[in-house]
Amino acid sequence: MTRRQMYERHQRRKSITIATVSTAVAILCLYVFVPMTPGWDKVQKSFFNWEVLQKTFPKLLDAFVVNIMIFAWSAPAIAVLGLLIALARNAKSPAMFPLRILGAAFTDVFRGVPVVLTVYLIGFGIPGLGLPRPWNSPYLWGSVALILTYSAYVAEIFRSGIDSVHHSQRAAALSLGLSERQVMRDVILPQAVRNVVPSQMNMLIALQKDVSLLSFIGPVEIFRQAGVFKSLLANFTPYVGAAIIFLVITIPATRYADYLMARQMRERR
Amino acid sequence: MKPKLQLKNITKYFGETAVCNGIDLDVHDGQTVCLIGASGGGKSTLLRCINLLEPIEDGEILLDGDDISVPGIDPQSVRARIGMVFQSYNLFPHMTALDNAMLAPKRVWGKSNKDIQAEVEHLFETFGLADRMRQYPDQLSGGQQQRVAIVRALAMQPEVMLFDEITSALDPQLVGEVLDVLLTLKSQGMTMVLATHEMGFARQAADKVCFLQGGKILEEGPPEAIFEHAQEPATQAFLARALK
Repeated sequence: MTRRQMYERHQRRKSITIATVSTAVAILCLYVFVPMTPGWDKVQKSFFNWEVLQKTFPKLLDAFVVNIMIFAWSAPAIAVLGLLIALARNAKSPAMFPLRILGAAFTDVFRGVPVVLTVYLIGFGIPGLGLPRPWNSPYLWGSVALILTYSAYVAEIFRSGIDSVHHSQRAAALSLGLSERQVMRDVILPQAVRNVVPSQMNMLIALQKDVSLLSFIGPVEIFRQAGVFKSLLANFTPYVGAAIIFLVITIPATRYADYLMARQMRERR
Repeated sequence: MKPKLQLKNITKYFGETAVCNGIDLDVHDGQTVCLIGASGGGKSTLLRCINLLEPIEDGEILLDGDDISVPGIDPQSVRARIGMVFQSYNLFPHMTALDNAMLAPKRVWGKSNKDIQAEVEHLFETFGLADRMRQYPDQLSGGQQQRVAIVRALAMQPEVMLFDEITSALDPQLVGEVLDVLLTLKSQGMTMVLATHEMGFARQAADKVCFLQGGKILEEGPPEAIFEHAQEPATQAFLARALK
């Protein structure tokens, strides 16, 4: 073993030891000090009640299917609408001027209003027009609210992706005789979309969580279902159960997005 | 004989600065014209103007006698007739070399893969790239990428080729393989305009050398005249530095 390797092995062992000890101390502190707080007994009973969790968990999972459904039809709509808005805002021809203004106004408005407010206004406002079934469904208008809000963000990310493609790519494509439209479709967009995949992954994760906001206008998704159980059993544990279900989905997804992001950074260098 | 490409009084401003300040140039069919001069002299901008990537303020560009610089002309039809290769290759990174070269014939002419593939593959073979066709740009060396960029331009069967310092970004040992491609093109009778810092190449291959400074052609002539008997002090000074 060389001097260098011996030194590195020593350093490695030292840092593993330090990390282990400090983690143990942190856990010990939590274990010792949290139960010493005056309200711990009550909190333990009302938030971490194993029986309540067992009883409500299957129903929470059922309700989560509603989240997944809303997510599943909203996400593709957001991708399409977001891309269209990004393209509209990038359009150069004078005939597209109204679209460009509209696109800018759209992103300003829907990024400027809290999601929950948009959900309220659209979710209560439009069915209030007295539309016949199924056009008064809160599932429909709640989804529409999410789609509008998220499209605004997603459009801005697509736009930054389009800007991130070097202008020399455009010059090269134009010099071959391609039209502006062909340049965008065949050369710029494929690169732009690939550049923003990690950022869009993060939007998907955020959307997945924000589906719960629809509970305010009616749909019995997981957050609403947990609320029903809370009232029924006078216990907060169902909320913890709901949080666990979310985490099972979002932690791997977040890790994956981080991995994509890191890989892209490596490729850029 | 009518020139293949004729530039008359080309004037181009970036803001207040005249990048091209009244450039006249005749390029005859099959000629190789080299534009030399320090960076910022207007060489690259002139090439970009010819390909209508930059609009000109004043002057005329005639291709086969047709004015292609008329404001409002459809630039696509012009660019399809003029090939251009850039310093930084600018291959499309998300396509294989072959797809890079087939994109424009497919889109501009509306041909199918089947119609053009054999012809484009033949181009790759001609320039020693047959075994690189299926690779992506980032799997190729700089010299290979630049040769693919040339093939991509040739796939549109251009009447004139413009080369904008195409060896400037290459490692010295890769310059030769790209210059060889230019010599092949010259022997095939391609009309070419090059902005270049490769004085050896200009001397060997050019039919005409133009020295540009301050947006003007200060001196032009056959390579011997420029390299051996430059008249202008500025040309002499530039060559003294460039050939040192």
